[in-house]
Amino acid sequence: MIYLQNIGTYFIMIKDIFRRPTKWSVMKPLILKDIDDLIIGSLGIVAFISFFVGGVVAIQTALNMTNPMMPKYLVGFATRQSIILEFAPTFISIIMAGKMGSFITSSIGTMRVTEQIDALEVMGINAINYLVFPKFIALILYPFIISIAMFLGILGGLIACVYGGYGSMEDYIEGLQTEFIPFHFVYAFLKTFVFAFLLATIPSFYGYFMKGGALEVGKASTTSFVWTSVMIILVNFLLTSLLLG
Amino acid sequence: MIEVKDLHKSFGDAHILKGITTSFEKGKTNLIIGQSGSGKTVFLKCLLGLFEYEEGSISYDGKIFNNLSADDRRELRADIGMVFQGSALFDSMTIAENVMFPLRMFTKQSKSEMEDRVNVVLNRVNLPDAHHKKPSEASGGMQKRVAIARAIVNRPKYLFCDEPNSGLDPKTAIVIDNLIQEITDEFNITTVINSHDMNSVMEIGEKIVFLKDGLKAWEGSNETIFKTDNEVVTDFVYSSNLFKKVRKMYIEENQ
Repeated sequence: MIYLQNIGTYFIMIKDIFRRPTKWSVMKPLILKDIDDLIIGSLGIVAFISFFVGGVVAIQTALNMTNPMMPKYLVGFATRQSIILEFAPTFISIIMAGKMGSFITSSIGTMRVTEQIDALEVMGINAINYLVFPKFIALILYPFIISIAMFLGILGGLIACVYGGYGSMEDYIEGLQTEFIPFHFVYAFLKTFVFAFLLATIPSFYGYFMKGGALEVGKASTTSFVWTSVMIILVNFLLTSLLLG
Repeated sequence: MIEVKDLHKSFGDAHILKGITTSFEKGKTNLIIGQSGSGKTVFLKCLLGLFEYEEGSISYDGKIFNNLSADDRRELRADIGMVFQGSALFDSMTIAENVMFPLRMFTKQSKSEMEDRVNVVLNRVNLPDAHHKKPSEASGGMQKRVAIARAIVNRPKYLFCDEPNSGLDPKTAIVIDNLIQEITDEFNITTVINSHDMNSVMEIGEKIVFLKDGLKAWEGSNETIFKTDNEVVTDFVYSSNLFKKVRKMYIEENQ
């Protein structure tokens, strides 16, 4: 029963994000701050993980190609497919559910605990719009992070492949170009937009509606990470079935 | 003036407010007092419109809150200033930005006009040099004064304070009490304070509403509270050893 209630409350919150908008002069700096915190602040970790995971994917593929009949360009091909279709949009989004999600839940949750949200409501401000809308807008730029993850993942694979002695640069690039299907990018970025929506709203929900004190802020962050990850995986399965199945 | 009639509020099976009728007068500091768990905070949150109530009515200068349209409620809220127990200052903003916040949200003033008003209000609460500090860099007493400045910056008609003295030393608590009293007189506003601090009762309690178990057990002023025979009130008022000794001395002197 509590799950049904939470789902209902979540959708009412989604509606409230767009009701009674805050003045643009107040909202603009909030959006810029959230772009800085959520997007720019995530670039370092995304770049680091993407580059090295791309390298690992290339090495693993090369090490598992034991049959001499298999073409050398398969390393580049497999790395490209893994990175573009799953690693960059899905795996990075799950990492971001931890990084961005816990930041969003704990910052909104702390505002709840310290009565800052009550202060907004007493002033007659739509607190959900004030707090969640800037995050929603900031995460429209989330595909930018995923593009960088794709590029650095493939670059990491190239460097690991060439400098690790697993294949030549020509073979790797040939693999990148082999059977390239542009729709895979459409699929990847469509997923990314849906994940961005989940990343902005589910952690906000758990922060906004939390009850209790500092301990509960920690619990809410954990719960928010779990449910954001679960929803990303379920939606990923659904979208893959619909778009590629 | 704020009038409350037969106010009932429950959470599930727990009946917290059991029919409170009272009024809070303009230009006076009105205190709601009572033990922890007596329903003070729930009552205050009902007055602020943060909790919906099941029965009864609350009217602000004749306007019944529940009968107001969403726009009228928003307009009314712009006339309300609130000082929260923990100050509830926005961590991400400086003290000046915190005080300026209601002006940015509800007025069309230019930046220089807003800055002038912030300067006036921060001077009024004796914080002329705190503009650029973050709330975390301010002491508890300073935070309370900033919260008062933020509450009065938009010239409210009603000022609510939830335990404004909690966590403060007795000297700072008196400074805060006097500041609230002075602001109430100066701006002729309706001030409602939720407190269980007997010093506040003595200092500024022009009207006192005593709650017990969700009911109004007594009402009066700081002049009459020490003379009442109401046992519930005397139990509360003389619960501290200091007040017990003061009362004993008073009785001995008058015998």
